[in-house]
Amino acid sequence: MSTILNQVSKQYSEKEDILKNVSAEIETGEFFVIVGPSGCGKSTLLRMIAGLTSISDGEISIDGQVVNDLQPKDRKLTMVFQSYALFPFLNVWDNVAFGLKARNIDQAEVHQRVNDALDMVNLSELKERKPRELSGGQRQRVALARAVASDAKLCLMDEPLSNLDAQLRIKMRQEIYQLQRKLGITLIYVTHDQVEAMTMADHIMVLNDHEVQQIGTPTEIYQQPANEFVANFFGTPLINLLPAQRVDDRTLNVEGDFEVKTEQKISENEVNVGIRPGELHVEASDELNANATVKSSEFLGDETIVYATMNSEHEVRVLIPGKAVFAPYEKVKITASGNVFLFDANHKRIPFESEELVNA
Amino acid sequence: MLKSTTPTMVGSEAKAKKKRHSFSLNAKDKYFALLFLGPSLLLLSVFVFYPMFRTLYISMFLTNTLGKTTVFNGFGNYATLLSSPEYIASMGSTLFYVLAVTALTVSIGLLLANLASQKLAGIGIFRTLYSITMGVSVSVAAIFWLFIFNPSTGFFTIISNALHLPVINWLTDPKMAMWAVIITTVWMHLGFTFLILLGSISSVPTTLYEAASVEGASERRQFFKITIPMISPTLFFVSTITLIDSFKSFGLIDLITKGGPTNSTNMLVYRLYKDAFYSGNYGQASSEAIILTIIIAFFTFLQFKFLEKRVNY
Repeated sequence: MSTILNQVSKQYSEKEDILKNVSAEIETGEFFVIVGPSGCGKSTLLRMIAGLTSISDGEISIDGQVVNDLQPKDRKLTMVFQSYALFPFLNVWDNVAFGLKARNIDQAEVHQRVNDALDMVNLSELKERKPRELSGGQRQRVALARAVASDAKLCLMDEPLSNLDAQLRIKMRQEIYQLQRKLGITLIYVTHDQVEAMTMADHIMVLNDHEVQQIGTPTEIYQQPANEFVANFFGTPLINLLPAQRVDDRTLNVEGDFEVKTEQKISENEVNVGIRPGELHVEASDELNANATVKSSEFLGDETIVYATMNSEHEVRVLIPGKAVFAPYEKVKITASGNVFLFDANHKRIPFESEELVNA
Repeated sequence: MLKSTTPTMVGSEAKAKKKRHSFSLNAKDKYFALLFLGPSLLLLSVFVFYPMFRTLYISMFLTNTLGKTTVFNGFGNYATLLSSPEYIASMGSTLFYVLAVTALTVSIGLLLANLASQKLAGIGIFRTLYSITMGVSVSVAAIFWLFIFNPSTGFFTIISNALHLPVINWLTDPKMAMWAVIITTVWMHLGFTFLILLGSISSVPTTLYEAASVEGASERRQFFKITIPMISPTLFFVSTITLIDSFKSFGLIDLITKGGPTNSTNMLVYRLYKDAFYSGNYGQASSEAIILTIIIAFFTFLQFKFLEKRVNY
């Protein structure tokens, strides 16, 4: 059940691109997450795979078959909607059975599959209830049971957790992940939440401005972001992106505030340097040696985020373990260790040397 | 969607209900309640309650032509009516008319609303056309349809002639006159029914249809298994309204057939009107009014009993 997107595009009018040349190969049985800010076209892409939105250009094939002109019901897939799309007039059991009955499946098998699916999501006790008598999490489970019962090998999910509160979201995140592993289905999952993407995905597609920014494993996305957008999108607190000037082959001067030794060779004179908040260090300092002023700090339990303004007026975020002892307006000295990203004038990341060797 | 009824919620809801029952007004609240209710109570008394009880009262009497009660007749008026074959026939034709109008109005309205709910270019034109009868007055509609039914120059006659079919005497054949009135009434009611049903269909969340189409339901199945159940409260509403409305049909009948030919379209309301204002038989007309009220109440009750069960979700 591999799904292949080949140069898929969508325009609603001549001028406006919704998606530009999206290509990807989604392997059988993998958890594939499409992530991006709102308006980037990620839901449109999912709806195009489902057949709910037409494809302007390019090709989508599922299991070796081009599905561009197939009706949604003939694409052998199932979908979980953000609003769950439960039928309010049917009880839980009938909601799950709806699709099976529509496909004229033998009654005994419908019973078997619906009961199994409800068992799997722990809803057997509530099968007589109407959707309005369920909590948000339970409704979510009904939608999942519907997908499970359909027996489709490809499942699409459109922001399924965004209507739940934070704690429930973490719980359902795990349940969806376990369900996907247990059933061995291919899951294409759309979200705007980078944490969901990082924690669940085998592969992540990052979309922005109607284009694919990067496709990779969570590790690749985090450790080798393709550009400033991807670096900025993943990781909390946000990465520090600062303009810097070349001093020598391995040294950058960050706006006169501090110098960074880099692991990779620097060839451009002007670059943007991306430093994760955890790679910055902060220490108390006297007026003379200080290069920054503390704005505020947020204590999170195990760690503290320190917000500071560099002497060059750039804002930075520093993540330090334990509790910080810095007060607002305190003068501090901020330094960086070597693990940084370099971005060129087009905001693309300059590859590491080892990467170049691999790619060569 | 509005309330989630977990067991604890059920408990608290029950408590709230109990509280509402034991809710009592103090003197000051009562004073304000009366003050606010006063104006509408006054209007209702003058225009609704008084005529209602007055009708009930007159229905027990014989009257002179001015409507003054003369002799107490008890249930005599009712007995006369119910033993009159003419009245029973009128009741029968009214029932036929009402059921035909309700069934046709709701099903045609549903069909048109379903068509007009499609997202197509220029669909607004159709929506306007289908709902336009809402803005047509009874007299205009009657004249318009009289032209169409006209046996020598009418639209139907022209078509029949062109196809070499026998010409139908819409207004002189007793059977066809009934259908002429039914068609006209359905046409009049259609605009309102269409508009209400269209609004209801448009408010069904599109994701329900999308989910159903992914799950393999055909368009036909989506209509019967999603649209109909989702709009069932509205269907119930329009069928009740149409039923009550067509029981009360008067203007169209007066303008198109005047109850004829041979009383075939002499519905209960029209007959009531003639008994009261042509024959001056106010006592009997009042008892007809009471019987009509009871019949409408009975049908409305039946509708609530049998249809409402199906509409709750």
